[in-house]
Amino acid sequence: MISVLLTLMAIATTAIIVQRNLFAVVILFGIYSFLMATVLVALDAVDVGMTEASVGAGISTVLFLGVLYLTRSEEMKPMHRPLLPLAFALATGFMLVYGTLGLPAFSDPDAPMHRHVAPRYINEGLRETGVPNIVTAVLASYRGYDTLGETTVVFTAGIGVIALMRRIRRRRREQPK
Amino acid sequence: MKDYLVLRVIAKMMIAFMLLFALYVQFHGELGPGGGFQAGVISAAAIILYAIIYGLPAAHRVVPEWVVETMVAAGVLLFALVGVAGIVLGGNYLDYFVLDPNPVHGQERGIFWVEAGVFITVSGVMLKIFYLFAGRGRDEESES
Repeated sequence: MISVLLTLMAIATTAIIVQRNLFAVVILFGIYSFLMATVLVALDAVDVGMTEASVGAGISTVLFLGVLYLTRSEEMKPMHRPLLPLAFALATGFMLVYGTLGLPAFSDPDAPMHRHVAPRYINEGLRETGVPNIVTAVLASYRGYDTLGETTVVFTAGIGVIALMRRIRRRRREQPK
Repeated sequence: MKDYLVLRVIAKMMIAFMLLFALYVQFHGELGPGGGFQAGVISAAAIILYAIIYGLPAAHRVVPEWVVETMVAAGVLLFALVGVAGIVLGGNYLDYFVLDPNPVHGQERGIFWVEAGVFITVSGVMLKIFYLFAGRGRDEESES
């Protein structure tokens, strides 16, 4: 099931690289995100799958289309052959794949990740927080500091975009005078 | 897209359910999948759909720019203030156990307000980014 989805994702990625029409690329991004969301649901990570579907396939697609409206919809041919970036990407990818060889097997109950604090969250979560959904309990209660940090990141990204877009708009208004 | 009758009618029906679903995801997040982040994105998507179908000025009348900009900061502030409330009531920062005489109820109360903070900031940021991109296209149109 998951291998079929991953194969489809690889096909979508290849199509994104080859395709020069940016409208098609945006739609392929949406397809990719929905496939990713399905993979996450297949892995029983429903909360993350929901986020991927709503942010990756929903809001991102709308924002990309909004950007596409402001630019041209054909990607330019590259001016030179990007061999150095390709070599860099391949080297990084090779290192990451090499790194995964050292990871514990998938869903291994003896992995360090599952022996550290996870048993406490699973066994005591409902009693301590009264929240049946462990994801919510971990996110909002046990790992409240991290979620505060995440919310601050979203806030910072938002005001960053506001600052950038505002300035461009004002400069454009000043030019005709 | 104001002239497309089918789109207008369907959108009007959909938006109510989208907002309802966002509220469901928000307040049911303790039991089922979802939470503040997902609910914020879904509610922002409902307003974005409204803006796409009925035009940006109509969306600005429903959710004005100043409301959205206030939401961007208010959510983080609410989250941080829940932490301060923990200190004031004699616990640590972001300690929910002291928010209510019953520790479990204190946890539920803390989680509720923290999720509300996440919801407000996320929906505000998503909507603001869309407003900025959509508004920029309109400015150029009116100039040319």
